[in-house]
Amino acid sequence: MNLRRLCLLPARVWTALFIAAPLAIVCAYSLLTRGDYGGVEQPWTLENFTRLADPLYLAILWRSLVIATLSTALCALLGFPLALFIARAGRHKNLLLQLLLLPFWTSFLVRTYAWLFILRDTGLINTILHTHLQLLYNDGAVLLGLVYNFLPFFVLPMYATLEKLDPALLEAAADLGAKPFATLWRVIIPISAPGIAAGSVLVFIPCLGAYLTPDLLGGGKTVMLGNLVQNQFTTARDWPFGSAASLLLMLASALLLAALMRSRAAKELM
Amino acid sequence: MDQVLELRAISKQFPNHRAVDSLSLTLRRGGFYSLLGPSGCGKTTTLRIVGGFEQPTSGEVLLNGAVVNHLKPWRRDVCTVFQNYALFPHLTALQNVEFGLKERRIPHPQSKALKALEMVQLESKRDSFPAQLSGGEKQRVALARSLVLEPQLLLLDEPLAALDPGLRKKMRAELKAMQRHTGITFLFVTHDQEEALSLSDKLAVMNHGRIEQFGTAEDVYLRPATPFVAGFLGALNWFGEAGIRPESTRVSRTQPDGPSLPATVESLLFLGNCVHLNARLEDGTRAIAEIPRGNEFAEGERVHIHWHAEDEIRFQ
Repeated sequence: MNLRRLCLLPARVWTALFIAAPLAIVCAYSLLTRGDYGGVEQPWTLENFTRLADPLYLAILWRSLVIATLSTALCALLGFPLALFIARAGRHKNLLLQLLLLPFWTSFLVRTYAWLFILRDTGLINTILHTHLQLLYNDGAVLLGLVYNFLPFFVLPMYATLEKLDPALLEAAADLGAKPFATLWRVIIPISAPGIAAGSVLVFIPCLGAYLTPDLLGGGKTVMLGNLVQNQFTTARDWPFGSAASLLLMLASALLLAALMRSRAAKELM
Repeated sequence: MDQVLELRAISKQFPNHRAVDSLSLTLRRGGFYSLLGPSGCGKTTTLRIVGGFEQPTSGEVLLNGAVVNHLKPWRRDVCTVFQNYALFPHLTALQNVEFGLKERRIPHPQSKALKALEMVQLESKRDSFPAQLSGGEKQRVALARSLVLEPQLLLLDEPLAALDPGLRKKMRAELKAMQRHTGITFLFVTHDQEEALSLSDKLAVMNHGRIEQFGTAEDVYLRPATPFVAGFLGALNWFGEAGIRPESTRVSRTQPDGPSLPATVESLLFLGNCVHLNARLEDGTRAIAEIPRGNEFAEGERVHIHWHAEDEIRFQ
């Protein structure tokens, strides 16, 4: 056994043990029948997948796609100017990046609970405003939670791209008659498209599979694919169906990723 | 209006140094002008002030007689060819040239851009992206992109510096031809005295944010106003108070008539078209004489350095 193989061995064992094997188990479970007290039983069946075609579950898939798309769009809308600002902040760059990452020092769960205290009926906002606004347990709250949590995942790759942008290109655009908005639209955005794509993928995929945020801030009303999977493994005790649903989630992510990779590759070839 | 550009006592103060120091300059329409000076002399800052990328700390910039200090770059009828061309990497050569035409809402952008590409002999590269172009081709696209807008004044920021020497000479001739062909006023920034001397109708020699001399190539080379100008435009031998260019410095074995000094040959450098003879005078100063090939001087030989009195460069 040569050194190269030896060095790759840990990675291979890891991949086999913690990625390939669990995936194989999930695939196998998705083709089995539900056990009476959880777990799985014979016989083999495709029924779990045909059940997914039920309009109820297709609606959940659709809702997940819509919420993930909206979250990604909002992250892009908020994150792009922020990344541009940080990239052009000169010597304060590093401080601003640290501030952006500061929330990560606290657990994801704690940060999501914090929103509960801010948004709930007797929470911070309603107390200050002396109102009884229904801020929690709706799609808006879920969207807020997702955007809040995943914004840095958009800003970081976006920042890395914008930071490399040659300032002379912006001066050249202005010199040729482009006003700042035209420069943004015709120069900065097209050139930083790979960063936008990378940031969007990093936000979209975790949003699509999110279950904690819709569970806590959506109050169980806003069911997403992640919640469906979670419910099947916990309360519903239907592991085979949960496995099928999680495979659907993986498939949706993989397809979108493949489409994006293809368009990015096409762009880079130009 | 015969004056394209007038700079009235412009200064630019940066936190730690004064890049431009009360500089005044007037350019007439249709000329090829250069700002020549060592790096850090303020020539690029001056160009950026004219282009609108920097605000002068004081002083006025006039284009066609109107003060334009407050005008943003996209409102100035001035174009810049940037040092590293600054071509848009996501656009083809043709789209790069069209960019300004479209932003300025000039009719028929595509046919105008194609004509400009033809002018720089790059119509075959119209669909190439900048990454697929050579340095010289990028340079030409950058030039076409600016010239197609027919600006009052074209600013060129060391446009030849990134090219290899052979190409640089070729592009130099093309630049001059392009300026004559279009009649657009060029203001060319360079630290290369040969470039400035060969291209310019008039050049401004800059040092420490000021213009030391503004004149024709002959003026500044043969009649430099300051020792800095004399030294920057070419090597100069100092014989007491008199400065003599190497090509006007002669060497002979016998005592000549007119001014001369005894010296020892230190080394001989064969340069192809001529020979550089390095000599040491009796007081220890060194002098260079540019002499024709075929002179049989030997290292260590005792010679006489001499010159014509009319070639002396003197400062009061």
